[in-house]
Amino acid sequence: MNWSLLLAVSLAFFLSACSQNTRTMPATEQPKANESPRKLTTVDPATAASLHGTIHLQGSVPAPVEIDMGMDPGCTISNKQPNFSQQYVVGKGGGLGNVYVYVKSGLEESNFAVPANPVLLDQKGCRYEPHVLALMAGQILRVLNSDLTMHNVHAQPNAPSNSQWNISQMPKGAPIETTFHDPEVMMPFKCNQHPWMKAFVNVAANPFYAISNANGSFEIKGLPPGEYTIGAVHEAAGEQTQKISIGAKDTKTADFTFTAQ
Amino acid sequence: MRSEVVRAISNRFHSGLHRFAIALSCCIFVLIVAGALVTSEDAGLSVPDWPTSFGSIYKIPPMVGGVKFEHTHRMIAEGVGLLTILFCVAAFLMDTRKWLHNLSLAAIGTVVAQGALGGLTVLMFLPWYVSSAHAALGQTFFSIAVLLAVFTGRGWIESSPAKFADDGAPATRTLAVLAICAVYLQLFLGAAFRHSGMSILPHLINAVLTSGIVAWTAVRVLSRHGQIAALRRPAMIMIALLLIQLGFGFAAYLTRVVWGKNAVQPLPSMVSTTVTHVAIGALLLATSFVLEEQVRRHLVKDAATLAESSIARKAISA
Repeated sequence: MNWSLLLAVSLAFFLSACSQNTRTMPATEQPKANESPRKLTTVDPATAASLHGTIHLQGSVPAPVEIDMGMDPGCTISNKQPNFSQQYVVGKGGGLGNVYVYVKSGLEESNFAVPANPVLLDQKGCRYEPHVLALMAGQILRVLNSDLTMHNVHAQPNAPSNSQWNISQMPKGAPIETTFHDPEVMMPFKCNQHPWMKAFVNVAANPFYAISNANGSFEIKGLPPGEYTIGAVHEAAGEQTQKISIGAKDTKTADFTFTAQ
Repeated sequence: MRSEVVRAISNRFHSGLHRFAIALSCCIFVLIVAGALVTSEDAGLSVPDWPTSFGSIYKIPPMVGGVKFEHTHRMIAEGVGLLTILFCVAAFLMDTRKWLHNLSLAAIGTVVAQGALGGLTVLMFLPWYVSSAHAALGQTFFSIAVLLAVFTGRGWIESSPAKFADDGAPATRTLAVLAICAVYLQLFLGAAFRHSGMSILPHLINAVLTSGIVAWTAVRVLSRHGQIAALRRPAMIMIALLLIQLGFGFAAYLTRVVWGKNAVQPLPSMVSTTVTHVAIGALLLATSFVLEEQVRRHLVKDAATLAESSIARKAISA
């Protein structure tokens, strides 16, 4: 056995593993080199349609669980309110909040401008606000820490070109800004210092998406006429789809019903 | 015979070295408990960098949230690494057995590799196979330290091997080795489940197999060689640990898999049962190693060796 060779190979393996996972700020995802710029699609306001609906939850609804934040006194300094689990946010009449509704297919040939304004994800009282959010691929996500304690922001994407990262953010620390290149749904964000802290980030291919409010209702405006598959995703109850056909200036309704898991 | 007598004289018992080995084993056991707490509290990535902690080698970060589990684990590991090096130096100075020197060096190699695996799993965002290897190697390190404690003990150094016939089928030595393999496989499957690498089913199925092999080994030793105290003690401990381990395994299954399936955070019941389950697993593995080594020492398969040993025993007693 050539021991020096073995040592060199081991060292190279170790260093390569380190170099792939630096703990600097997450890189802003750049378009791939072989992607040519495409002409931007514009929607004629005169024909734009809208889609709205309500998300319902059926079955026995899990009661919100109060979180014990005793492991970090910094969590309750600025927020004395109890912190409850946010997995099932159910309003009056069984409406289900925090459901991501988006145009899953029907706009593949279009190329929409990415909004310039960043989408905010804040950490307040050791919980993420909002719990579920959405942004377009390429749009800036700005993560804030409004707490008087340190957090780790750990993004766990599934899409191959959205890289995983885990960065500490000091109390009231500088914002973390990042973008995601590929669309994906319900990308988990978690804080490894406070294991109850979870958020879900949805990356959309087009600007037609919404998150259902506490009563389960949602609205997507400015949709061009066409045939679409609409997806509705909940972090625990999964995804449902509906096919719709929408004409110029139409107002369509698409309701979804989930069963508590 | 002569070589045995010479060896017994040249390897003097050093109570200091023996106590050092026991202390090292205890520290590694504490380290295993601290590591199990990191996993159970879901705090594996609460310190996102390695080998530094929040960019510093020596500064202690605010010990709140998951950081107190992860950073405490790192600090204990550093202390254990230092103790292992010191023990190795002491072994070279105080003990003449070359194979014990090599085992001490192996302990250093294991703790270095264990540190590297711990760092890799942080840098690679806790892939299940690296985390499971980290768990398995940690328990191997503990077993090596326990063996060092046994090998530096008065009983090992000053008493002669009994050399009784290992005449069962399969041989008791074979059963003892099988028990080690089964416990190893079981701890890896358990770690893989804890680190989300596989379902709990393989761990449950192998629990039946492992229990059978461990019980068979212990019963064989007690029924055929119970008169040899060096074999009887680890066999009895092994049976007791197996029963306790099955109880805590069931409790961990209930608290984590059945009742805690949708828990929003690690609950004290989940943490206490799973950490205890891991800790007893470490003790069971170390006991399996000790039993195997005692079987290797005191039981002889080969008839010629047995006859020679019998003559030697008579000569020593005369």
